[in-house]
Amino acid sequence: MTPVTFLPQLNALAGGLFLLCTFGMVATRQVQGCMRFFIWQSIFLAASAFLLGLHPVVWDLIGVAAINLINKPILIPWLLRKTVPGEVYTRREIDQVLNIPTSLLVSLGLAIAAYLITSPWLRIPAGPSVGVNLPIGLAAILLGAYTLTVRREAVPQLLGLLSMENGAFFTSIAIAPTLHLFIELVVAFDVLIAVFVIGVLTRAMQEHIGTTNVGSLATLKEEPRP
Amino acid sequence: MILLAILVLPLLVSILCWTPFIGRRIASALTVASCLILLALAIGATHRVIASGSVVAIRGWIEMDALGALILLLVSALAVTASVYSLGYMRRTTHDASLLHHYYGNFNLFIFSMVAVPVVVGPSVAWLAVELTTLLSVLLVGFESNREALEAAWKYAIITLTGAAIALFGFLLLFWAMQVAGGSDYTWSGLMLVAPHMPPAVMKIAYLAILVGFGTKVGLVPLHTWLPDAHSQAPTPVCALLSGIETSAILYVILRLMPIARASLGLAVNRWALVFGLISVGVAAFLLIQVHDYKRLFAYSTVEHMGIILTAAGLGGQAAQYGAMYQIFSHAFTKSFCFFAAGAVLLALGTREIAAVGGLARKSPGAAVALLLGSLAIAGAPPFAVFLGEFTILKAGVAGGHYLATGLLALFLAIAFFGILLHVNQMVFGIEPDAPLEASRIPKTSTLAMVLAAAPVVIFGVYVPSTLHTLLIRAAGIIGG
Repeated sequence: MTPVTFLPQLNALAGGLFLLCTFGMVATRQVQGCMRFFIWQSIFLAASAFLLGLHPVVWDLIGVAAINLINKPILIPWLLRKTVPGEVYTRREIDQVLNIPTSLLVSLGLAIAAYLITSPWLRIPAGPSVGVNLPIGLAAILLGAYTLTVRREAVPQLLGLLSMENGAFFTSIAIAPTLHLFIELVVAFDVLIAVFVIGVLTRAMQEHIGTTNVGSLATLKEEPRP
Repeated sequence: MILLAILVLPLLVSILCWTPFIGRRIASALTVASCLILLALAIGATHRVIASGSVVAIRGWIEMDALGALILLLVSALAVTASVYSLGYMRRTTHDASLLHHYYGNFNLFIFSMVAVPVVVGPSVAWLAVELTTLLSVLLVGFESNREALEAAWKYAIITLTGAAIALFGFLLLFWAMQVAGGSDYTWSGLMLVAPHMPPAVMKIAYLAILVGFGTKVGLVPLHTWLPDAHSQAPTPVCALLSGIETSAILYVILRLMPIARASLGLAVNRWALVFGLISVGVAAFLLIQVHDYKRLFAYSTVEHMGIILTAAGLGGQAAQYGAMYQIFSHAFTKSFCFFAAGAVLLALGTREIAAVGGLARKSPGAAVALLLGSLAIAGAPPFAVFLGEFTILKAGVAGGHYLATGLLALFLAIAFFGILLHVNQMVFGIEPDAPLEASRIPKTSTLAMVLAAAPVVIFGVYVPSTLHTLLIRAAGIIGG
């Protein structure tokens, strides 16, 4: 067995672990734990991009892997720690909208849905990795959106959002490997701006309202205010 | 060159606003000056587009055609009135004057993101520009830093960024579909070339992901929940920009994709637009009736108008597309004027509650006249510009044989008209509440901005200059059948 035939299998392994981390983000209650799962998810994204870029060598993909490896596991956590007050990280969410076993069941359903949606596309001639990366990427997008809706703390909501972007890029490394590297760089920068802006907003909420439980914010509605 | 200048200018001024030795007054004066220059440049660029079809700065990256020119023109025109309005309004409402640096710095960044949308030709860059319109306006929405403003900013950021992430997936699929069809030029025109050969199965999900993702940002029902919050809690000049043009600038990207999607998927694309559009108009018309906050009233009216524009695009045919373009144009001016008037009421009386305002005609006649004029214009009363746009769309709908859709649209427009004027009538002529509120004076610069904003609302309802007419026809032609 040559290393070349081994690559798709390694990529499938990276994909599986990527999806597992996405499930982890749904299942964990601690803000800190959620962050750790996000970091690992990003590392597996970089790994998949690297593996797909090895044979034949696609420098764009290796570039994407490098950008992701610097941006997500290092720069984003650093920026979040700079902007969001430390006490937010020690929090544990007691009241999620749905309990965790139910959440995991819903997530499983979403992951299956992702495979069903993408299955008609696998007839389109494309690289061997599309069958792995397309459904897993879409599953991460759906699970990220789900995380966003059931989480009530600010930082896990942001991580759900970032997980959606990771999902989109997990797909893109298989279906759009030649998308301009310049654009990947700018998107990485854009994600940093997003983290910065939301971090600043979280700090403002902590300072002015005294909570980062965004699920409890519900003053704006169509009712006369006193 | 001119397009590069348009992009660089707001960035440069933004940096200047944050420079420590620049005073608060200089920062505000610089902002107004730069917006004026921006408008002059935009008019210059538009003239070139009318003369030669397009303006190119960097081929394949930064180019502009008639549809882009329309959006750019509106962004820069509204930037001028909003920056002038900001002068007095922000001084009055900001307790800590040192924060005004942040306001003007951020304001210019927001303008930058909005002018970037119509001048880039790559869908991936356009996605970035749209994402930036959110990121660079979130802190403006939360600028007042109270519970309501922060809540609005949070919902705005999270919901619209989720939408953007879904749209990103759509744009990546679009790239894939283009490659499968044999294309390599990922620009609007490059996509159009290979659109008929794109695999419909992929194109369908790609287009729907973009429609839903960016539809969130446009405020299409049922993805609109954040919009009344953000568009009512932001400082008034920012509301005018958000509601007046930012939503249309995002809708522009969806409209841009319609002919490409149509080439691959056929008329189903028009039907989706029609359904989404009509639902938005209908739901917004009913929600308008039950508001208690007059800034939210105008925010819901934005949802309604985005629905009208999308419905017009869905009706199809040159006349309806022309109506859609005219509606984008008239809505931008009229809605920003409405928010300026609402801001004037807020400055005069210090309350957002409709029920607490009664008897505005006596307390603050200037604000009352502005509010009445703005509401009549936005509700679609003749002889204002919005009426002309809506009339064109309804006429085109009947001519095209879409009797059911046109009938529903007319019904919803009537309900919305009633809803808006019901509330405004109560505010202007209603019975004064028990404890009459003391009215304070409206700053001169804000009045000036209102006069500037009112001029197009009144003029373009009775007279459409021939260059504008040409621009709108060319823009409608780009969206096509």
